[in-house]
Amino acid sequence: MNRTQDVQGTTAEGGVGVHPERPGVAEGAAAREPGATNAVAPRGRKVTREAVTRLLFVAPAGLFLVLFFGYPVVKNITMSLQDYTTKTFFTGEAPWVGLANYATVVNSNLFGPAMVNTALFTIGSIAGQFVIGLALACFFRRRFPLSNFLRAMLLLPWLLPLIVSSATWRSILDQDSGILNQFLTSLGIISQPVPWLTSPTVALIAVVMVNIWVGIPFNVTIIYGGLQDIPDELYEAAALDGATGWRAFRHITWPNLQPVVSVVLVLGVVYTIKVLDIILGLTNGGPANATQTLSIRSYQESFTNFEFGVGAAFSNILILISLVFAVIYLRANRRAVDE
Amino acid sequence: MTTMDPTATRTRARTRTTGTGRTGTPKTELRNAGYTGLGIVFLAVMLFPVYWMVNASLQPSGNTLTAGFFPWNPSFDGYARAIAEQGPNLLTSLAVSLGTVVFSLAVAAPAAYALAQFRYKWVNLALLAILVSQMIPGIVIANALYTAYNDLGLLNSIPGLILADSTHAIPFVILIMRAFMTGIPTSIVEAARVDGAGLVRSFVSIVLPISRNSLITAGLFAFLFSWSDFLFALTLTTTDEVRPVTLGIYQYLGTQVSNWSAVMATAVLSSLPAIALLILAQKYIAAGATGGAVK
Repeated sequence: MNRTQDVQGTTAEGGVGVHPERPGVAEGAAAREPGATNAVAPRGRKVTREAVTRLLFVAPAGLFLVLFFGYPVVKNITMSLQDYTTKTFFTGEAPWVGLANYATVVNSNLFGPAMVNTALFTIGSIAGQFVIGLALACFFRRRFPLSNFLRAMLLLPWLLPLIVSSATWRSILDQDSGILNQFLTSLGIISQPVPWLTSPTVALIAVVMVNIWVGIPFNVTIIYGGLQDIPDELYEAAALDGATGWRAFRHITWPNLQPVVSVVLVLGVVYTIKVLDIILGLTNGGPANATQTLSIRSYQESFTNFEFGVGAAFSNILILISLVFAVIYLRANRRAVDE
Repeated sequence: MTTMDPTATRTRARTRTTGTGRTGTPKTELRNAGYTGLGIVFLAVMLFPVYWMVNASLQPSGNTLTAGFFPWNPSFDGYARAIAEQGPNLLTSLAVSLGTVVFSLAVAAPAAYALAQFRYKWVNLALLAILVSQMIPGIVIANALYTAYNDLGLLNSIPGLILADSTHAIPFVILIMRAFMTGIPTSIVEAARVDGAGLVRSFVSIVLPISRNSLITAGLFAFLFSWSDFLFALTLTTTDEVRPVTLGIYQYLGTQVSNWSAVMATAVLSSLPAIALLILAQKYIAAGATGGAVK
């Protein structure tokens, strides 16, 4: 950090009297700045110190963001242009290969399926989470005894470690002795046990199902927050006109909820597209690559095949897609704030 | 998205409940009881997997899953094995999570205050950067950190995991605490400054105590984020010296599960923080969920 420059940049603001100069300000600055010895400084100098102290409030966080978010993004871009493998860790050499890693990615047999699976996984998860979340949020909008308590307890699936949820669902979805197959068989819905996680045709559906379960609390919480902001008067007025139930939902709830809906959907996409834990825990990308997604590919290229360059290329494609949705999110969010 | 002050939310909820109660006729009371019943059914369906996890953990150990609906003859063999095998991993997770709480609060709380009160011109830009940072896929961070940690000797270390797990927590803590701190009247801090308190001292002795609730909420979530972390545990450790419990569960799962009751007992033990906090600190968790609602 170039401190001199920062100080110059903020002295003007520090001096305008939002926090007028006080005796003792130097004390705070000195506590953070043991190197500064001239405690009896001219007035202009003290203003500078105040500005330095202020900057020290943000500097650690700024540094952290740069090192742990900025650096990885840049590093992924450079890595994706290098032949970065296990050998690199011994020799320190990672020859530049241009776009060769991207060519490897696009030409790999798994690229197409991974893209399709990522799309299906994301769309399926979001659709399920959103519809069920909306229904539950509307249900909990009615005030009844224990409604707040029940709604709070609903958060549990969201707070559990994802790997715990994966382990639990693996036991539930087990083909031979899992409770889901036992339950469905006893109801006569299925005659043969469904190989939820071991058949390439149903594995993705099972994974989506589990992810819907994980995401419902998030959707309920945000949508419920949005519902709380719709004034009761609107419903009362509509009720006088005879609009209740479904019609009230269509003409009042849904239009008024639009900003929240766009935020929850876009955020949902951004968070679902990068899901890794659940898939690794449930199927590890299998069976027969049926649940390969972009983030699974990135993980396996880097940490199973030790092809860090190829893994980075996969994750950059992931970032690019997230970025598109991030822009949509920021626009939607700004609209939500404006309205 | 805005943070709601937990107290304000509660007051509002309470006024509303009493409002319904006052106009309550026997008919609406019956209907409300029906809603409560329906709500309990919904909750039961949603939480069934959690029940099933507890149930399966208490079944006699073995490699089959044949479990009754209720553990009539509970066996604690699974727990004995889980504690014997995963005990050190649970302690590792605890150390990493507590470290993440301390580190991320220390870094993020002052930043939150600065972004809330210092009126820098670039506040909105900083907030935007923080929002976007939350959208960066974890695998991107893991890819880069693995190579950097390899050079720095931070692989297989608790400090390394604390720093990595703080990427889950710091943006969240800044956003949620800043949302609260924007509501602190400047006059309170001004008064202390008149009495001679420095910027740092007024932050520590005035701003932080006032922000107690949001500090607790932020700390609880930092703990849960770090406790739940799986990706960094998986990628940034290579030996079993330092192994968080999430990775322990993953290794249990392997390709074939040989002992379900031990797996489920470990799962239950790993769920205890979330369950305990949801019951004991519901107010703070609810505030965090509405305010940040991002993970």
